Amino acid sequence: MLVPQMLRLGVQSIPIALFIAVFTGIVLALLASYIFTGTVPLYFVGALVGKTIMMELGPVLTGMALAGRVGASIAAELGTMKVTEQVDALETLAFDPASYLVVPRVLAATLMFPVVTAFAIALGVVTGWITAVNLLDLSTVEFVKGLRMFYVPKDLWFGLLKAASFGAAVALAGSLRGLSTAGGARGVGRETTRAVVLGCEAILVLDAFWALVLL
Amino acid sequence: MIRFDNLHKRFGDRVVLDGFTLEVPTGGTTVLIGASGAGKSVILKHVVGLIRPDAGHVEVDGQRVDTLERDDLVALRCSIGYVFQFAALFDSLTIAQNIRLGLERQGLDEAVITERLRESLDVVGLSDVDDRFPDELSGGMRKRVGIARAIALRPRYILWDEPTTGLDPVTSATMDDLMRRTTDVFGVTSVVVTHDMRSAFSIGSRIAMLADGRLRAVGTPEEMRNIDDPLVRRFIEGRAE
Ligand SMILES: Nc1ncnc2c1ncn2[C@@H]1O[C@H](COP(=O)(O)OP(=O)(O)OP(=O)(O)O)[C@@H](O)[C@H]1O
Ligand SMILES: [Mg+2]
Repeated sequence: MLVPQMLRLGVQSIPIALFIAVFTGIVLALLASYIFTGTVPLYFVGALVGKTIMMELGPVLTGMALAGRVGASIAAELGTMKVTEQVDALETLAFDPASYLVVPRVLAATLMFPVVTAFAIALGVVTGWITAVNLLDLSTVEFVKGLRMFYVPKDLWFGLLKAASFGAAVALAGSLRGLSTAGGARGVGRETTRAVVLGCEAILVLDAFWALVLL
Repeated sequence: MIRFDNLHKRFGDRVVLDGFTLEVPTGGTTVLIGASGAGKSVILKHVVGLIRPDAGHVEVDGQRVDTLERDDLVALRCSIGYVFQFAALFDSLTIAQNIRLGLERQGLDEAVITERLRESLDVVGLSDVDDRFPDELSGGMRKRVGIARAIALRPRYILWDEPTTGLDPVTSATMDDLMRRTTDVFGVTSVVVTHDMRSAFSIGSRIAMLADGRLRAVGTPEEMRNIDDPLVRRFIEGRAE
C-alpha cells in the first residue's frame, strides 16, 4: 500500500515542483542583486538565494503545489469511494477505513514531500547560481562563498521538516474531506475543493508555527 | 438471531425508520419487502453498524451493535456478509483482489484463499474475470462479483440487498438457487431485500413488509399470500392504486 502511494503522490509530483523551483531560483537571484547592488557585497546573493529557498520558498511553494495535486487527488479518490459505498464495503469486510485508507496516504505524503522539496531546493539553488553567473556580475566563486558563509545545517533540516509536516497536513486534509463526502459527483467536487483550500491554509499556519517554535 | 428493536432513524427532517421492530430467527431466509425509498437498505446497514440508530437498537446474537467495542464490531462484521445493492466493488482492484481482500483480512492461508476465490466465482457463474477491473464488467456481472465477495467469507449471516435486481431471468433464478443453497447447505441465515415477488416467495421462509418506517406485516409466504391487509396485498400482487 505504501510504496504505490509514495510513487503516485511523490514521484509524479516532481515535475511541477521542479518547474516552480527553476523560476523561483531565477527570480530570487535577480531580486537579491537588485536589493544588494550598491549596499551590500554582491556575494550575499548566494546567501539570500540559499537561505530563502531552503528555509521558506522551497518547502512552501512545493507544498502549495502539492496541496493542489496530492490533496485533490486523495480527496477525489476517497470521496468517490465514499459515495459509491466502497468505504462501507471496506467496513463490512472488517477494515478500518482510517487505518487502511488514510494511514498509508498520510505516511506516503509525509515521507515524499521532503524528498520532492529537496529536489526543488537543489534545483532552485542551481538556477539561482546559473542566473547569478549569467545575468549578474557575479562569479561562481563569489556565489558559492555567499552560499556557504551563512549556511548552517539547520537551514536544510528546518526546510525539510516543514515539508514533512506539510505533507502530513495535506494528506490528512484530503483524507478527512474525502471520507466525509456525501451527495454524489457534486459532493466529490465540493470536498475536493475544500481539501485543497484546507491543505493550503494548514501549510501557512504550520509555516508560521515552525518559525515561531524553531527560529 | 437478529433483532430490530424499535429502530428510529431520520436524515435531516426525513423520517425513514419510525419504530421498526422485527426478529430474524437463526436459519432460513427472511425476505424484506417495501416500496422504493422505504428504508430497506438503511435497515440492513444498521445490522453491521454502518449507520447508527437515532433510537432503538439492533441486536445480533444478543449483542447490541451500536454499543460494541471496536474489536467486537470487527468480529461481528467478520461473521456477516453484505451484498451491496450497487455491488460496491473496489474499482482500483481486480475482481480477484476484490474477493481476496476480505479473506486476507481474516488471516486465512494462501491455499484456502485461492480455493475460496475459485469456488465463489464458480458458484456465481463467472470465470475468466479474475484479472479484470470492475468497470470492465457489466452491471449484472459486478453484482455477481459482489455476491461472490460476500459468500467467499463463509459468514454466518448474509445480508442481500436486491441480489437479483438487474439480472436476466435465468441468472436471477440461478441466484435464487444459490441463496437457497447457502441457507440450506451452509446453514447461513439470510436477510434478503428484494422487489422481485417471484424470488421473494420462492426463497423466503418468512416475508416481512416495511411501510411508513415500521413493520407492516410478517409471516410465512403462505400467510402473506392470504393476508387481508390491502396495502400488503396490493404490493405483493403488484397493482397500482
Ligand atoms: N446516508 C444518507 N443520507 C441521507 N439520506 C439517506 C441516506 N441513506 C438513505 N437515505 C434516505 O433514506 C431513505 C431510504 O433509503 P433506502 O436506501 O433505505 O431505501 P430502500 O428502501 O433501500 O429503497 P430502494 O428499494 O429503492 O433501494 C431514502 O429517502 C433516502 O434518501
Ligand atoms: Mg435499497
